[in-house]
Amino acid sequence: MKGSRPTNGQARRSLMRLSGLMKKEAHQIVRDPSSIAIAFVLPVILLLLFGYGVSLDAEHVPVAIVVENASTETAGFVGGFQESRYFRPTIMHTIQAAEDALMRREVDGIVWLRSNFAREMLGPGPASIGVIVNGVDANQARIIDGYVTGVWLKWQERIALQQGRPLVIPVAVEQRIWFNAEMRSRNFLVPGLIAIIMTLIGALLTAMVVAREWERGTMEALMVTPVRVQEILLGKIIPYFILGMGGMALSVAMAVWVFDVPFRGSYAVLFGSSALFLLTALAMGLLISVVAKNQFVAGQIAIIATFLPAFILSGFLFDIGSMPTAVQYLTHIIAARYFVSILQTLFLAGDVWAVVAWNSLALGIMCLLFLVLVRRRMKKRLE
Amino acid sequence: MLRRIIALMIKEIIAIVADPKSRMVLIGPPIIQLMVFGYAATFDLEHVTYAVYNEDRGPASRDLLARFEGSPNFSLTARVDSDREVQPLIDDRKVMAVVHIGPLFTENLLRGRSASLQVVVDGRNSNTAMIVLNYVRTIVMGFNRAWSAGHGERPGPADLRVRFWFNPNLDSRWFIVPGLVALLTLVVSLLLTALSVAREREAGTFDQMLATPLRPVEILIGKALPGFVIGALEATFILLMAIFWFHVPFRGAILPLYLGLFTFLLSAVGAGLMISSLSVTQQQALLGTFLFLVPAIILSGFSTPIANMPPAVQYLTYLNPMRYFLIVVRSVFLEATPFDLLWNLYWPMAVIGVVALVIAGWLFRRRMY
Repeated sequence: MKGSRPTNGQARRSLMRLSGLMKKEAHQIVRDPSSIAIAFVLPVILLLLFGYGVSLDAEHVPVAIVVENASTETAGFVGGFQESRYFRPTIMHTIQAAEDALMRREVDGIVWLRSNFAREMLGPGPASIGVIVNGVDANQARIIDGYVTGVWLKWQERIALQQGRPLVIPVAVEQRIWFNAEMRSRNFLVPGLIAIIMTLIGALLTAMVVAREWERGTMEALMVTPVRVQEILLGKIIPYFILGMGGMALSVAMAVWVFDVPFRGSYAVLFGSSALFLLTALAMGLLISVVAKNQFVAGQIAIIATFLPAFILSGFLFDIGSMPTAVQYLTHIIAARYFVSILQTLFLAGDVWAVVAWNSLALGIMCLLFLVLVRRRMKKRLE
Repeated sequence: MLRRIIALMIKEIIAIVADPKSRMVLIGPPIIQLMVFGYAATFDLEHVTYAVYNEDRGPASRDLLARFEGSPNFSLTARVDSDREVQPLIDDRKVMAVVHIGPLFTENLLRGRSASLQVVVDGRNSNTAMIVLNYVRTIVMGFNRAWSAGHGERPGPADLRVRFWFNPNLDSRWFIVPGLVALLTLVVSLLLTALSVAREREAGTFDQMLATPLRPVEILIGKALPGFVIGALEATFILLMAIFWFHVPFRGAILPLYLGLFTFLLSAVGAGLMISSLSVTQQQALLGTFLFLVPAIILSGFSTPIANMPPAVQYLTYLNPMRYFLIVVRSVFLEATPFDLLWNLYWPMAVIGVVALVIAGWLFRRRMY
């Protein structure tokens, strides 16, 4: 039989066996609602949690402003902080009090106007403003530094206007941020999160089910029937693929309607690349379960190999280009990396073929590789 | 009672260590994750790819561009000569930013007027975009200072002198690697305890254990201790790696750190047992672990600050033990925070742990009889 071309009758019988397997799987899914929960409830909960929980937009940063010698000049400077939505300033009078507050984590930064501020400012040289930022969270510190600089620049312009001597800044930076002009971090985080959530769900859906069959010995029972290995695989993948695509559609709808992320690409491209990605994730889950044999190990591998690598190595939050070269190579085997890039582009920039095509190709190769590996492991067990 | 608990604990540890696959899951992944994530999880940008579109032939633009080329953060990827070429470069992610200098740049500067530097940034990742713009501003401010000084222009009314405490060079790794101590410890101790009971239930050995003279409380403690002990060992290993491999400065004391670790492990093990007592199959236990672990990581401040979350979500984070331990680890490492400023971080973890253990115990008893 093997290697011979399937005749019409064989193909029909194969289709029959496949639909039988799928029916069996569908019954199992309905009977144990945990996989339906994984496909539909999990994405909603996760997306809500992540969408609201992960944000890099700092607002109302608590800062201490030390005014040693209050005057109209210092009041003008402090006013800039009080008006800014980025800061929540507290006025203090000694640097010790401010440093104590910084140690107690009550403020993230200190702006220090010394007693000679007004005299120096009106006199010859520029007055010096001391700024101390808690650098433990380096990224946040950098953002705060940028905000302080912004307030300071605005204040300088205002002073120059008041003094009737327009301030000439030699080179002024004119910035244009494409795709996300208002710099909402949610616009890029939510599409990335969809990729991560789908990695999780794809792997969880299949990782457990096949391992369960091995553990209970029902896989051997399946093997002795006339069903072929590829039919078993397809029978496992197709039902969970349909479930997963449902979860995917739900996530995209939430991104657009709940989180107001603009969607600038086309739904056809989104559908195609999501299908490809979901297949890859499911195939990875199958591979995990075929390798692990028991649910305990399969589950642990699924957690360890999916969520954290996708979270940290996919480029959704941390820039891949800045990682050490060895780690950059490693990111190529993270399927989420390609899907994050596709989704961020589809949502914010539109159908950019150079991005979509290359990343889809990579996903296709990974998917095939996983399926071939699964197929080989399954065959070995039969012999 | 103590002897029975110890016997049970030894049995549990043997069950974990004897199985080569679970042994591998315990030892391999945390080390690999520490190494990979320790290097990968950084917000610092090192090679910002950018293109230059310079229409000016004067010396000032050359001077400014030389500052970009000399910066360790930027790497020049392309030069373009027309507006048309800009869009595909950004769209296809060939460059992160395009720096455009207009034809009158040098002339404007020499006449004492303000010249403009246009920067187009790929905003698909707005955090990266913001960092890139900060780098650009730093370079331009340096240029401006030199230009004003060199051309006798009046300086502004005040200068900013910015200093960063505890992490003067703003190395993200000093922030992330101590965070990994909390993250990986949580993953290991939670997985171990959550799946331990479900596995026995599925295998049917749990009933056998119930037939022994062991009391439910003793079973509970015997199941909790291995996660506690193994979690503490792993945490110690990761701490040593953070100090000696990643060279994160350890400025505080051991005792405040370990007090935090123990209360944290108490809460992690408590949560694990609670999940375990709620689930009948391993799949359910795993799903439960997941449903706890993922929000615990996201809502902990590990990667993004809690202060940026909406107020309702911020209240939710008070239930998350990792939130407290992250602050303990980071402040002990970098800020050398003394004991008295850490008390209000210890007791919430202890309370969460005790409450979770009590609930787990109650659920156990109810499910057993």
